[in-house]
Amino acid sequence: MAVDLNMNVLIVDDYNTMLRIVKNLLKQLGFSNIDEAMDGAEAFEKVKQKNYGLIISDWNMEPMTGLDFLKAVRGSGENYKDTPFIMVTAESKTENVVLAKQAGVNNYIVKPFNAETLKAKITAVLGEF
Amino acid sequence: MTEPATTLQGAAYDREQVVKIINSVLSKVEGAEGEQSQSIFNEIKELQTIINEARKELGAARPGQINDKHIPDATDELDAVVEATAEASNTIMDACDVIQEKAGGAGDAADAITAEVMKIYEACSFQDITGQRITKVVKTLKEIEEKVQALVKVLNERIPVDDAEEEDDGTVDLLAGPQLPNKGVTQDDIDALLAEFD
Repeated sequence: MAVDLNMNVLIVDDYNTMLRIVKNLLKQLGFSNIDEAMDGAEAFEKVKQKNYGLIISDWNMEPMTGLDFLKAVRGSGENYKDTPFIMVTAESKTENVVLAKQAGVNNYIVKPFNAETLKAKITAVLGEF
Repeated sequence: MTEPATTLQGAAYDREQVVKIINSVLSKVEGAEGEQSQSIFNEIKELQTIINEARKELGAARPGQINDKHIPDATDELDAVVEATAEASNTIMDACDVIQEKAGGAGDAADAITAEVMKIYEACSFQDITGQRITKVVKTLKEIEEKVQALVKVLNERIPVDDAEEEDDGTVDLLAGPQLPNKGVTQDDIDALLAEFD
């Protein structure tokens, strides 16, 4: 099934620079409806209020980390519990990846990354586009 | 209440008790006969000298200044680095937006420009990475600050702290590196100052 480029995408990072980079890369890939949040708690509120086709989140944020946000989404029991979730983080230790996978992450991107990597991971999660 | 200085097999002793015990041992050994007791006495005396030297060195290190000046200065500098790189990244990305807009939407040249602009965007992620690394360093500095504070508290009056300012030949502050935002004089101030010499 083709990826709907009009789907809502939520990007989460506590660094404004990073939000801007990911947003631009996504626009370059054809996505147009992109929302932003600066930490897990803000992102979780947005997820409750809007239907997202993809979440791209940083891990290292306060007060609610990306991992806690992922666990909150997956454990919610709500209709958004299975939203595709990609973790984009500088945390590249094996145990981090394992923890994220156990929490239900769909894919994992290590910073710094480029548009090609982002596209490859989105394709792996959502399919060709 | 006096802070416990040390623990031995679960029992806590304050400083006065420790000093009392050492003095008691010294007086007993001093009064004893024989080559062995003299040797023990010498060892303890040597230990006492080492402890006194260590106290002097700790005092000379001005532990108070580490907490009051050096660590806060270092964290301020690092915060300024994060702020400056964030500002620079945003300026670069603003310029990228304008370039992309001017390049137009279609054609080989526009595609090539867009591809290069995307590379600049990707490279700007250095700000996020360096920011995270600097945050780690700041956390480590704060931990060191806490340890020094705890050390100063434990050793307290027993350290002959040298709080005198470091010797300054008048040129140290001239090489302090870039000023923090709003801390230095502006270019306008400098121009005005130089104009006064004309």
